[in-house]
Amino acid sequence: MGKQTPLYPLHQAMGAKLVDFAGWDMPIHYGSQIEEHHCVRRAAGMFDVSHMTVVDLEGEQTRAFLRYLLANDVDKLQQPGKALYSCMLDEQGNVLDDLIVYFLEPQRFRLVVNSATREKDLAWIIRQAGAFDVRVTERPELAMIAVQGPQARDQVLGLLDATQRAAAAELKFFFAAECGDWLIARTGYTGEDGFEIVLPGDAAVKLWTQLGEAGVQPCGLGCRDTLRLEAGMNLYGADMDESVSPLVSGLSWTLAFKPEDRDFIGRAALEAQRAAGLQQKLVGLVLEGKGVLRNHQKVVVDGVGEGEITSGSFSPTLGRAIALARVPIDTGTRCEVEMRGKLLPAQVVKPPFVRNGKAQIELN
Amino acid sequence: MSEAPDDLKYTKSHEWVRLNDDGTVTMGVTDHAQSLLGDLVYVEVPEPGRELEAEEACAVVESVKAASDVYSPLAGTVVEANEELADAPETVNSDAYGAGWLMKLKLADPDSLDDLMDASDYLEYIDSE
Repeated sequence: MGKQTPLYPLHQAMGAKLVDFAGWDMPIHYGSQIEEHHCVRRAAGMFDVSHMTVVDLEGEQTRAFLRYLLANDVDKLQQPGKALYSCMLDEQGNVLDDLIVYFLEPQRFRLVVNSATREKDLAWIIRQAGAFDVRVTERPELAMIAVQGPQARDQVLGLLDATQRAAAAELKFFFAAECGDWLIARTGYTGEDGFEIVLPGDAAVKLWTQLGEAGVQPCGLGCRDTLRLEAGMNLYGADMDESVSPLVSGLSWTLAFKPEDRDFIGRAALEAQRAAGLQQKLVGLVLEGKGVLRNHQKVVVDGVGEGEITSGSFSPTLGRAIALARVPIDTGTRCEVEMRGKLLPAQVVKPPFVRNGKAQIELN
Repeated sequence: MSEAPDDLKYTKSHEWVRLNDDGTVTMGVTDHAQSLLGDLVYVEVPEPGRELEAEEACAVVESVKAASDVYSPLAGTVVEANEELADAPETVNSDAYGAGWLMKLKLADPDSLDDLMDASDYLEYIDSE
């Protein structure tokens, strides 16, 4: 038996199919992954993401430390509550993890990192923090619920107390409000509006129960994956990892090379890669016919070369198979994917595939 | 709890087989198999006329999360395939033993049906798996 979140008994009671995920017993679905997916696109769904690792950083040099640790520039965070997506790189410029950093107070920030990389991340952060005046504190006692979909914010706001509601209602996209030991953030991993709420375990049980009573669909990690893929969001361990550069993983937009004088871990390596010229890029694929694209399938680009699918699945919103794939830099608008010995035609597109319930690409 | 109707035969790879009045058999995947796979989004069935060995991979069912081969329960010739699944793969989830059938076979040896498990043996088998 794996680790369990405070919501585990509720998952069992709601009929979840539970699977091992990075050492945690987590719901993969509560009956139908596709129905849950549609609920998030059309109404609201809730996800237990308490397995994710919350790390608080505090001290005089926290900002300076994060500007060194992360490839995106924490100096973009000037207003308390603002959040930023960033990669954490090693010296070779490879991706150790991706994360969201929240600016809470002038000397206090919060990171939310992946659970599968918890030990590695904590060891790396603590080691790099050695030269700075910063305290690193993991917060394993905190749970986390994501509520996502066009009705998600209204559903959550109706359940908050007056103080929380006032703060949460005003949040702009990618901002968070700290209310006591709750952090209410207008962030997510689905391509829909909504909140991610970090809160104590007992409060999480109460909120989950109330959301369920209000008709919010419990959703498993299964549809979390198809939702983020439709939204064109990378998954660590699939679309990028310690063996690849963010420059060939569709993550250039998260790399802050300006100001020129900011030294961050991996910067020199990335600049050398850019100077040498990039050979690959991450693109979106849409399969033209029937079938399902899968991780690691071979991509063939006629006259150009070969690539590989990094995340493939079926898009419930589009009704077609979609994927992210690392392909040769000169890949155009068409390719073929090898499936059970056959080459099937696919369209090369720029993600996202779906945002806010709507298709973002023209299907051939 | 998985269902397994008493009038069908079953394989260890989770296919079911029904003997039809005309001597052919209809086969599909079991309720247990569809439940493990989750929502199906693609089904590929063999061409009628294809000759199959017992335990030969002959169809593919794909859910959102995984692709799975389907094996011919017994040696025989495909006489009909369920083409409607191409546009409605979810039928296998909703009616695994009925409208979600995959194909009909003419068995090479009608007596070979006796080699398969009956419902109670199959339910015991999936419990022990």
